[in-house]
Amino acid sequence: MYRYDPYDQQIVDERVAQFRDQTRRYLAGELTDDEFRPLRLQNGLYVQRHAPMLRVAVPYGLMSSTQARTLAALARKYDKGYVHVSTRQNIQYNWPAIKDVPEMLAELAQVEMHAIQTSGACIRSITSDPFAGVIADEVIDPRPWTEILRQWSTLHPEFAFLPRKFKFAVNGAQNDRAVIQCHDIGLDLRRNAAGEIGFRVLVGGGLGRTPIIGEEISAFVPWQHILTYCEAILRVYNLHGRRDNLYKARIKILVKALGIEEFRRQVEEEWAHSKDGPRTLTEAEVARVSAYFTSPAYAELPATDAGLEAQRAANPAFNAWMKRNVLAHKVPGYAIVIVSLKNPSVAPGDITSDQFDLVADLADRYSFGELRTTHEQNMVLADVRQSDLFALWEVLRANGLATPTFGLLTDIISCPGGDFCALANAKSIPIALAIQARFDDLDYLHDLGDLELNISGCMNSCGHHHVGHIGILGVDKNGEEWYQVSLGGSQGNQTSLGKVIGRSFAAADVPDVISKIVDVFVAQRTAGERFIETVRRIGLDPFKLGVYGAAAPERK
Amino acid sequence: MPKIIKNGCVIDDAAQILVLDEGQAPEALNLPEGPVFIPLAVWQAHKNTLAGRAGLGVWLDSHESVEDLAEDLDSIGAVALNFPKFTDGRAYSGAALLRTRYGFKGEIRAIGDVMRDQFFFMQRCGFDVLQPKAGKYTDTQLEAALASFKDFSSPYQAAVDEASPLFRRAQRAA
Ligand code: SF4
Repeated sequence: MYRYDPYDQQIVDERVAQFRDQTRRYLAGELTDDEFRPLRLQNGLYVQRHAPMLRVAVPYGLMSSTQARTLAALARKYDKGYVHVSTRQNIQYNWPAIKDVPEMLAELAQVEMHAIQTSGACIRSITSDPFAGVIADEVIDPRPWTEILRQWSTLHPEFAFLPRKFKFAVNGAQNDRAVIQCHDIGLDLRRNAAGEIGFRVLVGGGLGRTPIIGEEISAFVPWQHILTYCEAILRVYNLHGRRDNLYKARIKILVKALGIEEFRRQVEEEWAHSKDGPRTLTEAEVARVSAYFTSPAYAELPATDAGLEAQRAANPAFNAWMKRNVLAHKVPGYAIVIVSLKNPSVAPGDITSDQFDLVADLADRYSFGELRTTHEQNMVLADVRQSDLFALWEVLRANGLATPTFGLLTDIISCPGGDFCALANAKSIPIALAIQARFDDLDYLHDLGDLELNISGCMNSCGHHHVGHIGILGVDKNGEEWYQVSLGGSQGNQTSLGKVIGRSFAAADVPDVISKIVDVFVAQRTAGERFIETVRRIGLDPFKLGVYGAAAPERK
Repeated sequence: MPKIIKNGCVIDDAAQILVLDEGQAPEALNLPEGPVFIPLAVWQAHKNTLAGRAGLGVWLDSHESVEDLAEDLDSIGAVALNFPKFTDGRAYSGAALLRTRYGFKGEIRAIGDVMRDQFFFMQRCGFDVLQPKAGKYTDTQLEAALASFKDFSSPYQAAVDEASPLFRRAQRAA
């Protein structure tokens, strides 16, 4: 993985010093709340319902075991002994004290980590495929490119105060796992007919209040030009994005207002001035960064481990975990392991410091000392020998990290919601836990198959409910918490936005509603059909009938 | 006298920033003596008579486009770009365009909600005079604020102050 050179280290160290002084001036009354807010947000520090929240960047979800241990130790020292994996692959602390944050950042800097631009109206930390480098359908490894973009976007002097937040995602595989269609800029790595690397560029996607799927602004930007091209997009947005209305300030609104053709024309006009100039990316830089992402020293192993089949046959629980939480690796004899953070008694995405240390140890022992976070709020050990899977599973299971439900109904994506977040309309976590409690029969879950359920506590959509096969959104009705349910969303190559099925529900009714939806699916599915396919085939009406009865009332 | 920061020093500055009262037409011109920044609309109404006048600058609000001044830059000594709120970042692009696209060599001044926490970015984007609001900082605080110019030693990006990105500037060993 990428390691800091003295330049990277200096930038992060200087950022810590800068923020230490900003915090000092704030606590001394030299900076007002309004002045400090944007400065702290750009260092990942929110002030939440009960306490501040610190969001630490995990660039493209990749970290070393050393970094993991530091993150775990910080949670013990400055927080309540657990952290939360966010839907942008970052790590969140829910209870730090403002005065401690500079020290936390200093300790993070010692292991090449930071919280720069994990919030605020700037280019946010960039997400990518959690299976980069190890999955068979990968065309081009996105990690070097994402790291190059990380450096370009870090403290960019022109784009620190954009109209609104700005999110990038990068995909390099045949099947998009980075939700690139729902980002301000989505980059799709590809080769042209001549075999040269470049990017298909999508712009103006996003969830939130006005969910929109990104449009293609360029079918192919050669790699040399990707930084100048993105800079041109950002400049047009910085100058012309709306600043009069927070809800209309994202780039998607500008793209819609101008139309993609006119927006493209403005970007290309801007780009013409910088294209081929000194900001053009060099082969040497790409080679330098790529050298950090070479394959680890894989052993030569048979494609399938002889003992594994016997272990599976002898142990149904292990077999169930193998079926869901272990994915094929591109190298024979290896496997990709999902470390589940969806234990039904714990908030989705939460992990204790002890568990985190354990995963770090397992990474050292079984996976070349690296681990990953996913936007679905799990972790990944990406390079495990098949012959180690059983031993690994036993340890994970003993520590509540082997819930065998990856991609199933109870592998819920949930934002922190009303328990933590000051912006929430409603709680998310208790809804997730209630659904997990309702669907506790593993055989039944496995029979239902792939089914993604996402929950957001408000329109800001941090829980990605628009792209859940089933989406749940917390809404406020006269000061009470209600939940709106949508169906038919999906991420990936066939990204679609879910449609609301009708009037919303009280919290206590949500598990029943999900049961009714699932019942309709079970009654209607054809052999082997996945939930999302059934929804696409039969439409919403049968589900509305199942949920609301014959007189399906209109949405209120 | 208002203080400004220029060439890394805090100095007194006599320039006035002329603001049109509500309802005041730009055609009604009543220029004070001495150095002054006039609004874009006043400049556009009077540029024939004002061009080349000593001590004259033009200021733009954040929604106004530096492009509208591009043809006139030869006859203007200084341009000020207003930050109505420090979170309104349009003027960073405006200053960068003035320097790189339109080749403006005169003074580019940041006015309005100017905080020390922006100094580093402002200097990188081509501002060479920074004018925090009167009373924003004490003299001592303003002197201390000069340290903010040195917040970062070797930033990653190219900008107005440094034409090459770090990957061209430095030998970075893999
Ligand atoms: S979706 Fe709303 S409630 Fe949930 S974390 Fe985001 S802002 Fe908070």
